[in-house]
Amino acid sequence: MTDLPTDLTRATAAALADALATKAVSSVEVTQAHLDRIAAVDGQVHAYLHVDAEGALAQARAIDERRGAGESLSALAGVPIAVKDVMTTKGLPTTCGSKILEGWIPPYDATVVTKLREAGLPIIGKTNMDEFAMGSSTEHSAYGPSRNPWDLERIPGGSGGGSSSVLASFQAPLATGTDTGGSIRQPAAVTATVGTKPTYGGVSRYGLVALASSLDQAGPCGRTVLDTALLHAVMGGHDPMDSTSIDAPVPPVVEAARAADVRGMRVGVVKELGGKGYQPGVRARFDESVALLEELGAEVVEVSCPNFDYALAAYYLILPSEASSNLAKFDAMRYGLRVLPDGVDDPSAEQVMAATRDAGFGPEVKRRIILGTYALSSGYYDAYYGSAQKVRALIAQDFANAYEQVDVLVSPTAPTTAFKLGDKLEDPMAMYLNDIATIPANLAGVPGMSIPSGLADEDGLPAGIQILAPATKDERLYSVGAALEAALVDRWGGPILDRAPELGGVAAAKGA
Amino acid sequence: MSSLSREDVAHLAGLARIELSDAELDRMVGELSVILESVAKVQQAPTDGVAPMSHPMPLTNVTRPDVVRPSLGAEAALAGAPEAEMQRFSVPRILDED
Amino acid sequence: MTAVATDAVMDYDEAMAKFDPVMGLEVHVELHTATKMFCGCPTGFGAEPNSQVCPVCLGLPGALPVVNEKAVESAMRIGLALNCEIAEWCRFARKNYFYPDMPKNFQTSQYDEPIAYGGYLDVELEDGSIYRVEIERAHMEEDTGKSLHIGGATGRIHGADHSLVDYNRAGIPLIEIVTKPMVGAGERAPEVAKAYVSALRDLLRALDVSDVKMEQGSMRCDANVSLRPKVGDPLSSEQLAVPLGTRTETKNVNSLRSVERAVRYEISRHAAILDAGGSVLQETRHWHEDTGITTSGRVKSDAEDYRYFPEPDLVPVAPTREMVEALRATLPEPPGQRRKRLQSDWGYSDLEMRDVMNAGAVELIEETVAAGASAGAAKKWWLGEPSRRANAEGQDIVTYAAALGFTPAHVAELDALVTSGRLNDSMARQVLDGVLAGEGTPTAVADARGLELVKDDGALEAAVDKVIETNPDVAAKIRDGKVQAAGALIGQVMKEMKGQADAGKARELILAKLQ
Repeated sequence: MTDLPTDLTRATAAALADALATKAVSSVEVTQAHLDRIAAVDGQVHAYLHVDAEGALAQARAIDERRGAGESLSALAGVPIAVKDVMTTKGLPTTCGSKILEGWIPPYDATVVTKLREAGLPIIGKTNMDEFAMGSSTEHSAYGPSRNPWDLERIPGGSGGGSSSVLASFQAPLATGTDTGGSIRQPAAVTATVGTKPTYGGVSRYGLVALASSLDQAGPCGRTVLDTALLHAVMGGHDPMDSTSIDAPVPPVVEAARAADVRGMRVGVVKELGGKGYQPGVRARFDESVALLEELGAEVVEVSCPNFDYALAAYYLILPSEASSNLAKFDAMRYGLRVLPDGVDDPSAEQVMAATRDAGFGPEVKRRIILGTYALSSGYYDAYYGSAQKVRALIAQDFANAYEQVDVLVSPTAPTTAFKLGDKLEDPMAMYLNDIATIPANLAGVPGMSIPSGLADEDGLPAGIQILAPATKDERLYSVGAALEAALVDRWGGPILDRAPELGGVAAAKGA
Repeated sequence: MSSLSREDVAHLAGLARIELSDAELDRMVGELSVILESVAKVQQAPTDGVAPMSHPMPLTNVTRPDVVRPSLGAEAALAGAPEAEMQRFSVPRILDED
Repeated sequence: MTAVATDAVMDYDEAMAKFDPVMGLEVHVELHTATKMFCGCPTGFGAEPNSQVCPVCLGLPGALPVVNEKAVESAMRIGLALNCEIAEWCRFARKNYFYPDMPKNFQTSQYDEPIAYGGYLDVELEDGSIYRVEIERAHMEEDTGKSLHIGGATGRIHGADHSLVDYNRAGIPLIEIVTKPMVGAGERAPEVAKAYVSALRDLLRALDVSDVKMEQGSMRCDANVSLRPKVGDPLSSEQLAVPLGTRTETKNVNSLRSVERAVRYEISRHAAILDAGGSVLQETRHWHEDTGITTSGRVKSDAEDYRYFPEPDLVPVAPTREMVEALRATLPEPPGQRRKRLQSDWGYSDLEMRDVMNAGAVELIEETVAAGASAGAAKKWWLGEPSRRANAEGQDIVTYAAALGFTPAHVAELDALVTSGRLNDSMARQVLDGVLAGEGTPTAVADARGLELVKDDGALEAAVDKVIETNPDVAAKIRDGKVQAAGALIGQVMKEMKGQADAGKARELILAKLQ
């Protein structure tokens, strides 16, 4: 039906779905093609922590059989997917990139994973991440960093750098992510892929190993806006197991992505996101994208969100505070690592807990736990956590004011293109600044998306544009994203990932 | 205000049940002080009269009916336990009675 | 038993001459909902270890809590029954501390926004006077798992080399009810404490929200006690103006009797310390039922920093006023009011009613009357042998009877056997013995033991004739009008009949024949 490339790994999820529906290809073929690709390139990229070839092929076979029997299946049935290792998978290891969970096999599936299984997406493996999603580079993974397929010496973003590098290196057509301060959007930006953080409560958090409960949101990752929308529709929806889940249907994201229409939409450029500290090439691609939107019929204005200046500070108090409590459960008593302290005869439970948490957590996790413990402790609560919660209210108010004037907001997704591995590892504050543009959406609970805006002139690396919408209006992201994507692809003369270097030793067949 | 002593960090690590080595403590004191100085910026925000926001969405009264759902079963519950005995989680001796 | 140096205590009366006690009671009640507070696991007592757990109550990574609707309703009904305000908006909070029996290493509780606050409970003391206990708050939280301590002496935590944890109780809904400082009770403080816990138990039972079984831990009490110098009458303004002393919190007080004893003990212990010029250490104390003393637990220090913050995984509870009023309509009659109504219905004197209450037999009598017995008979039977035996066993009558399977229906049946004329009083007592011994229902016991009043008037008449004949002197006295002499003959008739005769009928016959 569609012009499916000879190399199935270069196809979009939408094209694969169409070809599967018409039985032009089988799910086993598609899944096997991706497994072959993984075998060929993941040694260099290190995007996966665990590959479940057998399980994925079994799911693929089952889908093919059901399709063969004439069953009506969901749109993405048979399209394989990579799952971020923060989501529990029954029978498959779930480590969150941490030593403390090494070898843990959850006895239950996250709701998102259940939905993927029900929709018939073979789960091909679990993707790498910064430990417990704390980081912007995957360098905080206890199992070593993933690498950016655009330049293997550079970071693929984080925390969801496994998922972004999977997509950018064609090791799966779709992936899941979680976004607490930008962990879906920033990796998408630095790898020239697409990622959406839905409205808080739009996708169930049940079975997502919590980092910061009031900020965490799971979302879809893809190479195109339509693919991302198709996955969003599968992942989203109300879950009675998550008290913070929104009891409403998934917004019409697929329809919006297909319509790709921004005519008459009011687009606000956030004054506070994009000035000092933003790389010129990133800024240039952003300005061009904004101009394109105007050409496509959108009305562009500048809006001010003055309290965004306090967002980073508020975020790095709220996140560590909630994380310090969420991560207390890792104590060597019920599951996971148990380490006995050195040189202690007959250690107590308390000593074993403390020794295990020292050995099992990496430095960034310990740093944030201790920071959060401080921010919540008596005598400091009001000054830190309490003030941060008030700033959060101010930021939500800034968004509310802005959305009285415009339908969506835009900014560069991240201030810079991918930096070199190791560059910011010794400077936590420099690492935190990567999230400066993505954090406000998490604090306010509003949805956001990153799509590629082009390559920065100074380094030839991908830059991203972030689109933000009011809560529960996720479809607007897809209207704007799809329209802009179409215009940009047209200008580039093809998908941007076609310009990514081929991975060493692999003759990847380019799309037809 | 926004600086932490080595003793402070050691106390916090105790509260957080993390046995930091001396080297880790030394390092953490410096790093945390830099971070704290930066995040203390929240105190300069115009927050007078602003109500703190704990939840991003204004939902209330989300409950479930009092109806039993299947439990995991002891075997699955204990499958990940570092040690188990008599169908219970075996843990090292506990110091304090609560 | 761990060896503990015994603390000095002051004679109670002497302590009361010098000091004024102030108490605060924290009562934890496990709700008897079908499922846990935040997950759908069942709550049944005594299940196989770790058989009633799921990712939520086991604190597995990724699991999330969802509030049990029934638990919130129960919390609000408890609040309303305690005359509290119900919050228009409140949140859960996390109380962070590490303990192996707590799966998440935080307890989901409520902090500064309890669901119910500012109420009171009027408590009737033994002499009939009323003490009003002010209620600070009632809030929702969850229970912890249970540990078995292995390798130490008799399962105690000290000296154990490891522990085995069962999380079946983790996540059971708990309501914590906290009083304001209870002042002005003076020397009656221990009695007030016991009466409060007892009244609270009655109230919770009437609300049908909990099993309130202190011996199973479904109702637990922590008692805070402090002393201040006595400067006047307990309720005088001078006395009330004296600042509170340092308090101790005594945990593990798990019977009504212990509440009274533990408060009394702590008062005597504090008094001895203060009188010697020492100062009381603010600490947790553990009550030992067997030895009747408290021992030192944890010292409350700055290290105990629970880092409370609003639970982000749960949304606020905001009961509408309509919900609150609908729940108010489901409240049972307040126990005090109910007591007055029952006393009037049953025709008991104040003293009789108090006896019934002190015996804890109000509900039993109510059910017995409902089953058809007269109020007088119900009281007579319950407060007799069953109460005596329960006391001897150190149990309350309800628990004792329930353990034996002895029910109000049995008492009503026994009473019916008497009123129908099948049994006389002494036969009924024999039947009761049999029922309490587990021989079956009263009718079954009477049948098995062949206990039945002889209804055959011919046999009775023959016995009467025989007795008159063998006692001509007595018979003559009766003929002369000395009716009271009939008693001697009746006794002999009963002996002839081996007790199985109706004494009233025998008297009638004797008099008829001799007058």
